[in-house]
Amino acid sequence: MISLLEVAATVAADEYTESVASSVAYGESETATGLPQLDLSTFGNQIFWLIISLLVLYWVVAKIALPRIGAVLSDRQGAITGDLMAAEEFKLKAKEAEAAYDKALADARAEAGKIVAANRAEIQKDLDAAIAHADAEIAARASESEGRIRQIRDSADSDARDVARDVAAELVRAFGGTTDQAAIDQAVDRRMKGVLQ
Amino acid sequence: MATEAQGEATDLSFHPMDQFIVRPLFSDGPVHWYTPTNVTLWLFLIVLATLGLLVLGTRGRAIVPTRGQSIAEMAYGLVHKMVSDIAGKDGLKYFPYVMTLFMFIVFANFLGLLPMAFTVTSHIAVTGVLALSVFLTVTAIGFIKNGAHFLDLFWVRSAPLAIRPVLAVIEVISYFVRPVSHSIRLAGNMIAGHAVIKVFAGFAAIAAVAPVAIVAVVGMYAFEILVAFIQAYVFTILTCVYLKDALHPSH
Amino acid sequence: MEGNIGDLGQYIGVGLTAIGMGGAAIGVGNVAGNFLAGALRNPSAAAGQTATLFIGMAFAEALGIFSFLVALLLMFAV
Repeated sequence: MISLLEVAATVAADEYTESVASSVAYGESETATGLPQLDLSTFGNQIFWLIISLLVLYWVVAKIALPRIGAVLSDRQGAITGDLMAAEEFKLKAKEAEAAYDKALADARAEAGKIVAANRAEIQKDLDAAIAHADAEIAARASESEGRIRQIRDSADSDARDVARDVAAELVRAFGGTTDQAAIDQAVDRRMKGVLQ
Repeated sequence: MATEAQGEATDLSFHPMDQFIVRPLFSDGPVHWYTPTNVTLWLFLIVLATLGLLVLGTRGRAIVPTRGQSIAEMAYGLVHKMVSDIAGKDGLKYFPYVMTLFMFIVFANFLGLLPMAFTVTSHIAVTGVLALSVFLTVTAIGFIKNGAHFLDLFWVRSAPLAIRPVLAVIEVISYFVRPVSHSIRLAGNMIAGHAVIKVFAGFAAIAAVAPVAIVAVVGMYAFEILVAFIQAYVFTILTCVYLKDALHPSH
Repeated sequence: MEGNIGDLGQYIGVGLTAIGMGGAAIGVGNVAGNFLAGALRNPSAAAGQTATLFIGMAFAEALGIFSFLVALLLMFAV
């Protein structure tokens, strides 16, 4: 490596004198005859400016850029964890609200059931009373009607017997018989027994 | 056809390495150590771009990030996870340092992919300084944190005693090769990608193969975008690995 | 076809050195392929090993980059 560098250095030195000699024609048309990388005459220049720019860059990166980016990143991490915690809290709250809603719903349902049962019992009571009342009335009316029917039937019976006796007596009289009232009644009753039953 | 291409090819001139020349910005002439050059310009742009993303992008300090802020946060998260996963919790003290390296290399690689741009990470001087600074820092941390215990890194206790000296020599060599491979990997990848793109672009001067050359340039460019990120990632991850070795030297 | 025999040797050397990059390509492909095979067997463990994958690829690739660098040095610096 050292010998190579020496060779390069001699080449570069030759070139250097050449380029100084032809410095009037310096410009775009210049071409590299050797490796420009091994031109030792430019090393000092490159190293000098490189060290300056590296120092500036290091100062900027270490003092300004990295603390700032680090702060932004940790802020974001904090914001994300904060948001996650808030979200967790909200989720808990939502769960609580849901439980409360469910409970209210169940309560309302139970209340409604209770009211329905109470109403039903009341209605049943009223209904029972009304039915009993109606039954009693119906029974009273029925017995009354039965009484009347019986009365009517009885009266109709006796009327028919009177008519039959009268007719029988008249008939006997018309045929010229003696009218034995007792015998006629007996006969009519005997006949009527079969008819009026 | 072949003879025609042959004839034109003699006119072709590839200068794939011209893009790496260090030029003074304002005057023609020699490059002194203080001369503002194109390296200076692009270093300045890298610092500006990093500032724009990490400081201007996050000025809102929004809980719900804007586009720029979420990119900045993604970069922060990527490097932070890398450091804490590989170097452990006590490695987080060096997180700003690793982050600085990552942002610098990412922006150097990506800005270098712009047409006409200068890629500072394609220079061994630049990547060498980056790798050496990692190497020196890590070695210093190792000795300060662990004292002579740090040398356990080279004394593999899990191996049989007989081959431990051999392993120690290998470990020491590999330890000192670290900054070399660390710097040359990054610079080599950048040089290779840009030179290949330049060579393909040079072929576009031949009308017959120009379409193929353009497709190849597009393909290489896409690949270089991937490489630009992966090399920054790899540089950072290796820094974390070295840091882990310094903090916990026992195998 | 006139030229310097030294240039001839230089270009042949550059070409030979570039073969080394093919070795690195095989190595990187090997790393990625084995990672994929393992990841398909046990996808849950794959996510934690991407860092190891990249470290392995970086080490494999570094050696190819060394050979590329030697090619560049031969081509331009010698």
